[in-house]
Amino acid sequence: MITLDDVTIAYGSGSRALVAVRDLTLSVAEGEAVGMVGESGSGKSTVLRAVAGLIPYATGEIKLAGRRVDRRRTTAQRKMTQMVFQDPYGSLHPNQTVDQILAMPIAIHRLDRGEARIAQVLAEVGLGREHRYRYPHQLSGGQRQRVAIARALILEPRILLLDEPTSALDVSVQAEILNLLSRLRRDHGLTMLMVSHDLAVIAHLCERIGVMSRGQLLEITTATAMANNQVTHDYTRQLLRSNAGFDRSSVASGELDVVAG
Amino acid sequence: MTDTLLAVRNLSVTYPGDDGDVRAVRNVSFTLGRERLGIVGESGSGKSTTGRAIMGLVGPPGRIEADELRLGDTDLRGLSERGFRKLRGQRIAMVLQDPKYSLDPVMSVGQQIAETHRSHLRSTNRDARRAALEMLQAVHIRDPERVYTLYPHQVSGGMGQRVMIAMMLIAGPDILIADEPTSALDVTVQTQVLAIIDDLVRSRGMGLILISHNLHLVSSFCDRVLVMYAGQVLETCVAGKLAEAKHPYTRGLLAALPQLGNRRAELPQLQRDPAWMADLA
Repeated sequence: MITLDDVTIAYGSGSRALVAVRDLTLSVAEGEAVGMVGESGSGKSTVLRAVAGLIPYATGEIKLAGRRVDRRRTTAQRKMTQMVFQDPYGSLHPNQTVDQILAMPIAIHRLDRGEARIAQVLAEVGLGREHRYRYPHQLSGGQRQRVAIARALILEPRILLLDEPTSALDVSVQAEILNLLSRLRRDHGLTMLMVSHDLAVIAHLCERIGVMSRGQLLEITTATAMANNQVTHDYTRQLLRSNAGFDRSSVASGELDVVAG
Repeated sequence: MTDTLLAVRNLSVTYPGDDGDVRAVRNVSFTLGRERLGIVGESGSGKSTTGRAIMGLVGPPGRIEADELRLGDTDLRGLSERGFRKLRGQRIAMVLQDPKYSLDPVMSVGQQIAETHRSHLRSTNRDARRAALEMLQAVHIRDPERVYTLYPHQVSGGMGQRVMIAMMLIAGPDILIADEPTSALDVTVQTQVLAIIDDLVRSRGMGLILISHNLHLVSSFCDRVLVMYAGQVLETCVAGKLAEAKHPYTRGLLAALPQLGNRRAELPQLQRDPAWMADLA
């Protein structure tokens, strides 16, 4: 469903270009969920943005459903991939009601039955009719993230791109959103590509997990292999240890000095 | 446990609201010795407000009431702003979440650390500078002379947080309150920053209050954990035994966490019991 072949993504051009992702090859089958982990600046979100068509890529090829896509896309191609962002406080227009936020994609894509679609998608993400005419500031963080998911879903996409969808949320709300995402994936046969720094969250939703560091895909492993500590790269091992909580022994005294600028 | 550094009994923080008073913290009691105490809870549980109340950072219209709020032999109730300014830094210090916002952007990090030393210990510029360089070394910064001259935007998040720790500890406080000190950092850097806090707190015999929403982190790092919900302490446990927590809220939170190696089709969602809101004795 998603194929990236030798993709390099750079910000800027010429001698000042900053290569954010280098020679990345990855494929996600239809209905599969693949996660990507890595430290900040590793390029994981950049990959999502290039797949979504928010930024161009320099070399290589990105294919969605077998078709090569560039930054310029047809309406149908845009409809196929939708994205949910990390911060539900920043990704919704503060002066628009939920109804207006959801009506916008319908207008842009000239879909019929707008009214019915909004009502249906709200029910699907677990929001009631009473939420429809509220502004984002009248909703909790979890409710806002549900609106963001509804906005992506209303176009009936085949691919859902998730950029840290639960990291701004409390643990109990995170569980609700993760359950919602699993259910939507099952009901709609969605293909998912998800980015997070939380290994447990990624492993909960995704079968395969890619580990990125400094713009490169170090390895692709499975959630099961991660859980059994079968990983090949040092960086992945470090991620696993950090994820388990604070472990004094994992920090050798020399290692404290390693973090440079 | 050894001597008590901080004693808090029936601490309440109230803010006036449109529909009556909002009680952000309700009857919280605990004592802190030379140990690492964790406070966990979700957003709005009152964990940060508790920390701010101890620092004297709850301004009007917020109101603080307590039967006891004592730092060593100093009564913090009704202490003036001037009195608090003397205590902050020297006896009790606080590290906040994001060094990007808590450091002064137009002053080099070294000068900021030295300023703390000067104002609390009335030291000369030269002594303050030397102490700041030593402190930078203590937080494992390799080239203190170079880092001293850098401005906050020139340092990484992990380094910025170490600068904050250096600044907070330079005047030798007895207690460090760390409010989500590593939430803005990458997981791999988190461990290193926590190890530095751990080393310094132990070697100086300080008391630490670690405020966090991260249950794994708190249970693996601290000695004792307070679980807060809706402004109250629902439960206190030995950190290593958080998994055996009794309160349904704590158990619900733990169950709702996704776990590596234990993949469940559906995560159990927390069912909030209205009874948890009721005032505890």
